[in-house]
Amino acid sequence: MPIDTKAIGKRYEPTVYAVGREKIKEYARAVGETNPIHLDVDAARRAGHADVVAPPMFAVVYGSPSVGPALFDPEVGINFAMLVHGGQEFEWGPLVVAGDEITTEATVKDISASDGRGFYVFESISTNQRGEQVCRGVWTNIVRGV
Amino acid sequence: MSNLEVGQRIPEVRVTPDKYLTIRYAGASGDFNPIHVDEEFARAVGLPGRILHGLWTMAQVARAQTEAAGGPEHLKRLSVQFRGMGVPEQEVLVTGTVRERRDGRLVIDTVAEQGEKQIIRNAEAELAP
Repeated sequence: MPIDTKAIGKRYEPTVYAVGREKIKEYARAVGETNPIHLDVDAARRAGHADVVAPPMFAVVYGSPSVGPALFDPEVGINFAMLVHGGQEFEWGPLVVAGDEITTEATVKDISASDGRGFYVFESISTNQRGEQVCRGVWTNIVRGV
Repeated sequence: MSNLEVGQRIPEVRVTPDKYLTIRYAGASGDFNPIHVDEEFARAVGLPGRILHGLWTMAQVARAQTEAAGGPEHLKRLSVQFRGMGVPEQEVLVTGTVRERRDGRLVIDTVAEQGEKQIIRNAEAELAP
């Protein structure tokens, strides 16, 4: 059965994520960050930041709400039983700090098949409240047995 | 970052995720896929048990870069491929080598291993001054 590619190019409603200080600290502890600018508002301010700084991979937290609906979209048609997260890329702009509001828009970048596997590639573009692009994400999901 | 040169290895990161790490990371990240938090479910779908979130492991790769560079502002890009599966209670080792200088940035080849197995491979990081 050929893979269904009609969803390529589809865009999803932007999501807005309000970045909280305690959420950054919770995330930073879970991934083992020890740099105090992620954990202590005074240390962050002494280093010249407005508030605690999100570790780069916090992009997962503000980006996922936009990518989730794309992943679960019946028009994309992912078979979840056979899904693996194949690859991930992030490109970062200015740092994200607590108090920022991040708007993320997801699109279906590509759907293709090779060697019996389906490749579903999503892109997310995240911008802060000043319109600066803080992160671009490329999320590659592989579905076995297509 | 001035201390990093082409051909040099970045300081390695070693971390052993404890038994409950995947639960804490699920809460912190919002990814509650049961393969990460439910031992019974994980075994029922043919896994050895609960597995690590790939994005947690990627965060360890990111941390190796930001610690080598001296802060999160230096990490401008990171791309990884997930392979195999990481498990709790076994040490994860992140290593990397500066491959080249490109457009004013340092490009790092980096991997994450658990035991003999690479769980993140073909990863490439870019660090800006």
